[in-house]
Amino acid sequence: MVGQTIAEKIFSLHSNKKVFAGDFVVSNLDLVFSHDTTTIWTLSPFYSLKKKVFDTSKVIIFFDHAFPAPNIQIANFHKKIQKFAKDQKIKILKEGICHQVLVEKFVKPGQLIVGGDSHTPSCGCLGALAIGLGSSDIAIAMAFGKQYFFVPETIKIEVKGKFKKGVFSKDLALSVAKILGPEGANYKVLEWTGETISKLKISERMTLTNMSAEMGAKSAICPPDEMTEKFLKENRRFFKFEKMRSDKNANFSSILKIDASKISPLISRPPEIDKVFEVKKIEKEKIKVDQVFIGSCTNGRIDDLEIAFKILKRAKKIKTRLIIIPASKKVLLEALKRKYIEFFVKIGAVVLNPGCGPCLGRHQGVLGDGEVCVSTSNRNFMGRMGSPKALIFLASPATAAASAVKGFISDPRNFL
Amino acid sequence: MNWIFKDNINTDLITPGRYNVEDDPKKLAKIAFCEYLPEFSKKVKEGDFIIAGKNFGCGSSRETAVISLKACKIKAIFAKSFNRIFYRNCLNHGLLAIEANLGKVGKKDKLILDLKNKILYNKTKKKKIKLKIPDLMIKSYLFGGLLLLLKKHGFEAIEKGKKV
Repeated sequence: MVGQTIAEKIFSLHSNKKVFAGDFVVSNLDLVFSHDTTTIWTLSPFYSLKKKVFDTSKVIIFFDHAFPAPNIQIANFHKKIQKFAKDQKIKILKEGICHQVLVEKFVKPGQLIVGGDSHTPSCGCLGALAIGLGSSDIAIAMAFGKQYFFVPETIKIEVKGKFKKGVFSKDLALSVAKILGPEGANYKVLEWTGETISKLKISERMTLTNMSAEMGAKSAICPPDEMTEKFLKENRRFFKFEKMRSDKNANFSSILKIDASKISPLISRPPEIDKVFEVKKIEKEKIKVDQVFIGSCTNGRIDDLEIAFKILKRAKKIKTRLIIIPASKKVLLEALKRKYIEFFVKIGAVVLNPGCGPCLGRHQGVLGDGEVCVSTSNRNFMGRMGSPKALIFLASPATAAASAVKGFISDPRNFL
Repeated sequence: MNWIFKDNINTDLITPGRYNVEDDPKKLAKIAFCEYLPEFSKKVKEGDFIIAGKNFGCGSSRETAVISLKACKIKAIFAKSFNRIFYRNCLNHGLLAIEANLGKVGKKDKLILDLKNKILYNKTKKKKIKLKIPDLMIKSYLFGGLLLLLKKHGFEAIEKGKKV
């Protein structure tokens, strides 16, 4: 008998039958979420279908993409969404980026989750299957508590070896993006496994599941293990869960083997994710940097701020605009406790409230014509962070911090 | 007219974040490709086609990209492939998204879409292209979107094999 991948197992559990890739299913959902940008287009389709959400405890809205409101239009959107949430008796959380807060407080291994955001696969770092949808699909999910899907195929990414100095999970994600390209995982699940992944912390795994969206992945997952257990306990969440694995005889659409010890610090050049180069090579071009952004759902966690702190501490001075945004209230409080924030402010960084910040070009660090930004976020599309004439380079927090110190794109190993 | 696009056209290019703060489809129509191809929203006409390369609609899940193109009265989008979320958004709004490799098509080639027989005629080049269009897409188009179909027939309407 043919085995199942984790994704097939999770779909089977939520569809009341044993299913395999390619099967059409209607699946029950454990969690449905959306945020201040996408919810606005959920309201009218929702009310066209139902008067009340299927379960008030399973629907959450986040204000993170542009909160507090940077202009009147968005303030009015917030008002409309607040009214909806009040009428529906559902929560609006305003304490950071949706994916980050979900992982800290709500996601459980084995769950099936849908979110009105393309980076929803991020939640897969805890072994849940989380799928991004558009606003009207979220309306359907909020109304019925279920959605239709084709069960996806899985690409297994097997990673072995230890990262070299100056290399982080963001570099691993970029090295895979270079191979798969922006469409390589379209309609598929990326399963991140192997000895390297099992040693990565949940925050590092989240960078991988988050970046999977940039390769078109429908979802991404790290098999839940002892590290998952540890994270949940640290977050004061005590419950039992199954350490689900793909069966040995499961069918994968392909298997990608990566040796982590061969990866160097990497950077993605605009305007597409797979234009990936070694930082050492780009460093020679002496590209002047105007803004560095450390934050986002990809790299705005305490470990990321810790790396940035270590590098900046060594240099004590910055030569660019530096915007630092903790991904959640929890991260901000921890960074305050560790005195990172005090240090960042003293050296001239701008530290902003937890949220998406300038990642999507709405507020808090919009780029001007011809400006160059090194960002720890996930998208370097033309116009993403402001002017269509600005250039966005994507890299790890270490490379971003090193570039802030030097004033041009710089290899983090200069400071480690 | 046919609007020809390259591979990996992302939704940030269709409705850029800074302008994507409208909740009126007519206003969204005006911002379609406003930075990437400013002539688009000025010259686009009802019945125009979009012909694109691979991975059309990748990136952000923003549904405004689909709502905007629908409000521009685009007849159909042909692409070598679509991003998954974009495709689902098209289904929900009844905007025809058809996966096809049309080969060389000129901006001014006269295209006629025969949905019933799933054939695209290029009158200018005297070519006939057989299309593969999933039944759900056609059903959704005829209803004006999956949402309207769901409203009328409930969730069961989209389960496979169910005739509505």
